Amino acid sequence: MPITIEPGEPLGPTIDFSVALIAVAPFLAAAIAPLLKRFVGPLAGWVLAIVPASIFVTLIGFFTPVADNQVIRASLDWIPTYGISFSFFIDGLSLVFGLLISGIGTFIVIYAGGYLAGHPHQGRFFAYILMFMGSMLGLVLADNVFTLFVFWELTSITSFLLIGFDHSRQAARRAAIQALVITGGGGLALLAGLIALTVMTGQNSLTGMLMSAGTAQEHSLYLVALLLVVGGAFAKSAQVPLHFWLPNAMEAPTPVSAYLHSATMVKAGVYLLARMSPVLGGTPEWFWILTLFGGATLLMGGALAVRQTDLKQMLAYTTLGSLGLLVMLIGVGTEYAILGAILYLCAHSFFKGALFMIAGVIDHGTGTRDITALGGLGKAMPITFVAALLSAFSMAGFPIALGFFAKEEMYIALTGGVWPDLLFLVVLIVGNGLMMAVGLLIAIKPFTGALTATPHKPHEGSLSLLAGPVVLGIAGIAAGVLIGLVNTYVLSPTASTITNTAVDAHVAFAFDLADPAVWASLATWALGALVFWKADAVRSGLRRTGNAIGFTFDAGFDAAMFGLIRFADAVTRLLHHGKLEMYVLVMFVVLVATLYLPMALTGTFPAMPGFPVLTFYEWGAIAIALIGLGAVVFSRVRLVAIAALGIQGFAVALIFLLFGAPDLAFTQFMVETLSVVIMALVMTRLHVDGRDHRELEVAVRDGAIAIAAAIGFAIVLLGVLETELDLSLSELFEATSTPIAHGRNIVNVILVDYRAIDTVGEIAVVMAAGVAILSVIQLRARKTPKKRAGTPKPARTSRRAAS
Amino acid sequence: MEVALAGLIAAFFAVSLYLLLSRAVVRMLLGVVVLSNAVNLLIFTAGRLTAEIPPIIPGSQYVPIEGAANPLPQALILTAIVIGFALFAFLLVLGYRAYQELDADNTDTMRLAEPTDAPRPPLSY
Repeated sequence: MPITIEPGEPLGPTIDFSVALIAVAPFLAAAIAPLLKRFVGPLAGWVLAIVPASIFVTLIGFFTPVADNQVIRASLDWIPTYGISFSFFIDGLSLVFGLLISGIGTFIVIYAGGYLAGHPHQGRFFAYILMFMGSMLGLVLADNVFTLFVFWELTSITSFLLIGFDHSRQAARRAAIQALVITGGGGLALLAGLIALTVMTGQNSLTGMLMSAGTAQEHSLYLVALLLVVGGAFAKSAQVPLHFWLPNAMEAPTPVSAYLHSATMVKAGVYLLARMSPVLGGTPEWFWILTLFGGATLLMGGALAVRQTDLKQMLAYTTLGSLGLLVMLIGVGTEYAILGAILYLCAHSFFKGALFMIAGVIDHGTGTRDITALGGLGKAMPITFVAALLSAFSMAGFPIALGFFAKEEMYIALTGGVWPDLLFLVVLIVGNGLMMAVGLLIAIKPFTGALTATPHKPHEGSLSLLAGPVVLGIAGIAAGVLIGLVNTYVLSPTASTITNTAVDAHVAFAFDLADPAVWASLATWALGALVFWKADAVRSGLRRTGNAIGFTFDAGFDAAMFGLIRFADAVTRLLHHGKLEMYVLVMFVVLVATLYLPMALTGTFPAMPGFPVLTFYEWGAIAIALIGLGAVVFSRVRLVAIAALGIQGFAVALIFLLFGAPDLAFTQFMVETLSVVIMALVMTRLHVDGRDHRELEVAVRDGAIAIAAAIGFAIVLLGVLETELDLSLSELFEATSTPIAHGRNIVNVILVDYRAIDTVGEIAVVMAAGVAILSVIQLRARKTPKKRAGTPKPARTSRRAAS
Repeated sequence: MEVALAGLIAAFFAVSLYLLLSRAVVRMLLGVVVLSNAVNLLIFTAGRLTAEIPPIIPGSQYVPIEGAANPLPQALILTAIVIGFALFAFLLVLGYRAYQELDADNTDTMRLAEPTDAPRPPLSY
């Protein structure tokens, strides 16, 4: 079904090709990154960071038009036949994501320059991470849904490369494959969902779908499309039960964990759900699927985070919780919930990205990430400590960090007093409290108390390592201070996009004890403080529970993958058994079926012909052929069989001669003579006999198949003979052979004039066969002197001898 | 007369397919030769038969005699015969070399590419 879209006049688009360039620039940078690394060495991180920084600045320039509710677009034809184009657009939602990706990306690239300093494959790492950045920017800027899908899958592939960066470790390879299988599989579900949506709405661009919002929900395919799109988003954003790949992805180097697996890529699913809210949302199915899965992910992520002792694992599980929280808020979908989600999205990217980088700094400075083995680092690493406190401050939602406003908005959204809201409110308080405790643990526990012995002597990180955590930590607080600007430039346009109605956000600081949302905040802080205080007891309690349950999805993944390998092996062995005659048998059985089935199904068997009337010499030629064939099959002497082969060949030549084909007859005579001579020459050198060693039942089976196919051919031929023969080509050749080609033998004229190229090809085939024969024989000749010299036989022969 | 040739073609196909189903390389080679003849005769007959008048234009004329044979299938078959021969010659040498290397002309014992004791795929990452 060809889909045509009008180039979006109703939105009054501003065409700006820098939008498309934004997605392309990181790929170009990735191409030169390894080379650049070689030339500028340790400064490569700082130099390459210019690319995301420029993108960030470019995107800042779109703030004003987007705040005026303009949509900026760029489009390149891709598959015009189907109306599919590489098209991009910027509105509030894509701008926020684009800024997070390029802004945090800038510091990640700088950080990677310090974190992987001296690593032999640092150039490759830069290339991978810049490719990822381009994919992610393309994803959030894409307008056409198929463009979106391409970038979606590119993020899965680059994530695979980055998780498996340390490919010499099996754990890294496993985590990489696991992430690829789950997010890539989700991508396929998403593709199916997007195709369904395209069919349902008649639009293949996001802007088009947003314009026709409301039609998909009425469509009979709605539930299918919803499940497929949501499934793809859940796989990417690690929602229960597809969550387990994310903690395993912590096998990646820390910059990757900070960037892909907390700040950006895992949010692609959240982005998609937010983007699809007007198109698919607003129904009970949407509400319940998103809130239930999101809530379950939030609770599980929070609980499992407390259970961990590895800094990165703790952060990974809180990321799960945060993703669940975002999905849940999008599911709730009210204006306050959406405002809370946007604020939390930004706040989380700041504090979680920073905390991951801090975990890397601690690991770098001390040689361990085990929180129980760390303590008293505050003196040695003061800047890290301050940066960690800033981030934890926002993570805990203390005023007046950005995290505070996020928490307030989501609580306001759910304190309406109706029943599912109260349930969600409790889930949010518990989840936020657990995550706050983890944030405080990471920011306080390693830096305070008595100094513990660590593998390295603790030392502060370098400028490149600390730039990201400090700036992001400050940004999390500063954004809270400047909440007025956030309202105008971020919240209003983004919320308008997600809800598809004009939203004018007025988030402001308030701490009124009459407001139930404030009491929810107080409850969160109390719970967080309690868990922080009793962390060890809570952790051991959760571990006992986990051990009692026993089952993990992670082990289930192994079972599924190994089952797949065993299944593939079994299928291969079944079909690919190595018995040549069985392969041939299968082919011939299929041949019999193709000969008979079409005629049987259409009932077009030819009429039974009458007994033929032939001259005696025609009968004679046929009789000679039959005698030759019989002798070939039944002769027990090799040379007789070969001679009989010549008899049937000559009989064929005779038939050609009798029916007006002297050229064929001459060629056939020559070829058959040559065949018999060569075969006889070769065969006398082989000490095999020409007898058939088939058991009777095998011979009967083979004979039955052969005869069935043979009769099939005869019937098809009779059917062909019943039809009218199209002689137009033959007539053309007959009429033009002498006047145009100046030849009287029409067959020859056809071969050397009308089909000359074909004949050249034929000669080439014969020549190729000759060259091949020569080389096969010379292969032997070259090996022979070696044998004479007494060198050991080639491995191939000796292995066979051994078996 | 097409009917008689249809029967003969059936005999050619039956013999060649039966030979190709053998495990002996020599008999499979014979089968290839017979199969080539079978297919050539099939094309020849499908192009209709005419008795004894070749598609050659007499010196005094510009078009062939009425009732001359159809030249198109003949041209196709001429190519096919030559290519069939090249294929046969190559297969013959290949079979000969296989016999020298493996000391057998039975396809059951030719298992270098697909050995019976091929290792199981590893269950790891």
